[in-house]
Amino acid sequence: MREFGYQRAHDVAGAVALLAADPDARFLGGGTNLVDLMKTGVERPARLVDIRELPLGRVEPTADGGLRIGATVTNSDLAAHPEVRRRYPALTQAVLAGASGQLRNMATVGGNLLQRTRCGYFSDVSKPCNKRTPGSGCPAVSGEHHNHAVLGASGHCVAVHPSDMGVALTAFDAVISYESPDGPGEVPLTDFYLPVGDTPHLETALPPGALITHVTLPPAPVAARSRYRKVRERASYAFAIGSVAAALDIEDGFVREARLAFGAVASRPWRARAAESVLIGASADGGTFAAAADAELEAARPLPENGYKVTLMRNLAVAVLTELAERDVR
Amino acid sequence: MDPAPPSTSSAITLNINGEKHRLSIDHRTTLLDVLREHLDLTGTKKGCDQGQCGACTVLVDGRRVVSCLNLAVAAEGRDITTIEGVADSDQLHPVQQAFLDLDGYQCGYCTPGQICSAIAVIEEHAAGWPSAVTDDVGIEAGPAPLTSDEIRERMSGNLCRCGAYVSIVQAVSRAAAAYEEGRAAEAVKEASV
Repeated sequence: MREFGYQRAHDVAGAVALLAADPDARFLGGGTNLVDLMKTGVERPARLVDIRELPLGRVEPTADGGLRIGATVTNSDLAAHPEVRRRYPALTQAVLAGASGQLRNMATVGGNLLQRTRCGYFSDVSKPCNKRTPGSGCPAVSGEHHNHAVLGASGHCVAVHPSDMGVALTAFDAVISYESPDGPGEVPLTDFYLPVGDTPHLETALPPGALITHVTLPPAPVAARSRYRKVRERASYAFAIGSVAAALDIEDGFVREARLAFGAVASRPWRARAAESVLIGASADGGTFAAAADAELEAARPLPENGYKVTLMRNLAVAVLTELAERDVR
Repeated sequence: MDPAPPSTSSAITLNINGEKHRLSIDHRTTLLDVLREHLDLTGTKKGCDQGQCGACTVLVDGRRVVSCLNLAVAAEGRDITTIEGVADSDQLHPVQQAFLDLDGYQCGYCTPGQICSAIAVIEEHAAGWPSAVTDDVGIEAGPAPLTSDEIRERMSGNLCRCGAYVSIVQAVSRAAAAYEEGRAAEAVKEASV
């Protein structure tokens, strides 16, 4: 591991200034991804700026009925928060589906969004990787890719974003607020992750040196009727091979409002807008749910070893929507 | 103007099991390595050193964490409890006693991490935290009972290569029941004061 300087930031402006002064500096939250990447040599910061003492550790209702989540709130505290459980239960379920109790106690909301892919080639500095070393190639395309992307990928990178939390936040139209050397900014989560294209090393819309300060959930009554389901190769403590965050508001047998997002299928949490268009206004039945899933997965381009994901995601989306419809008895 | 190259080591004070320890360490040193290599507190074990096995679990400010991904310098100012500190002088912690009574181990290597994790699991559950197997996470549903399935899910970050899971779950279950009885007795006492 490269030697590094360490200091604790006490105010947001100071934290941002420290990073602006040193391009080899990194913010340290829980460290559950960064310290791991430093051990394997993928990340080699010269300076760590510990942000856990910044006043960003609260979950607060907003005046319009949404929720404002500080970037250093731990995964555990987010999942256990009464307002999250009451108004955005799929978010609690998503967070609890990830990692282990120990890791959830350490990991921050901001860090979860910024976590890197777990593609085996990205993680191994002895292997080529366009994300880690632009232009070096993508061995996954013709190599080990059973848990790689089926949507939105390119010949340059087929890695998936492994977050569970991000999938629920994407379904609920979260907005990311940040502080940068040029002042504050905000970006919808659905625009936060850049398309892969031929620039997989450019992952987010954050300006250089910017610090995520909050994640804001707009008010969304439909979110109270939501569910997150994760499919993985073990019963627990494993990354998703496919996941769904969904919310349905049904009246007189018709879908009045719907939210749908897929996880582990793309380089970012995938908002299923084509599926939502099919759902809204349609009869809330299995035929509609299947048509919606098919509409979204029509754009899927599986690799030789991950075609199962398309079938899996279709079945999973239909199952979660069906469960929500059965629960939604007025 | 380039920033001055930062110092890559620091003199820090760590609060461990109620005692203060002054150390001079390279920032790259994890909390796990400080415990084992610098302070001779070898009860906490190194299994994978990448946060995936739970053998290195300790309590920081009362919360279970993996010490292999905590930098020692980042742990300064927090209250750290290791397996060496969970007993009350010569009175074993109820979780330790349950592991002994129910034979919740074989080789014992994962056991300190299992015990530290289990202590936290019982408190997390008592605080009303749901888990990934809790059917209804809504706040009106009330706390889910600590079933075998709940224990398995909450303890899933602690691997046991010997496969002692059956008796580990039984030990956690017994310790949790004793904790609940203790809390109920406290509530009765307070109500009658």
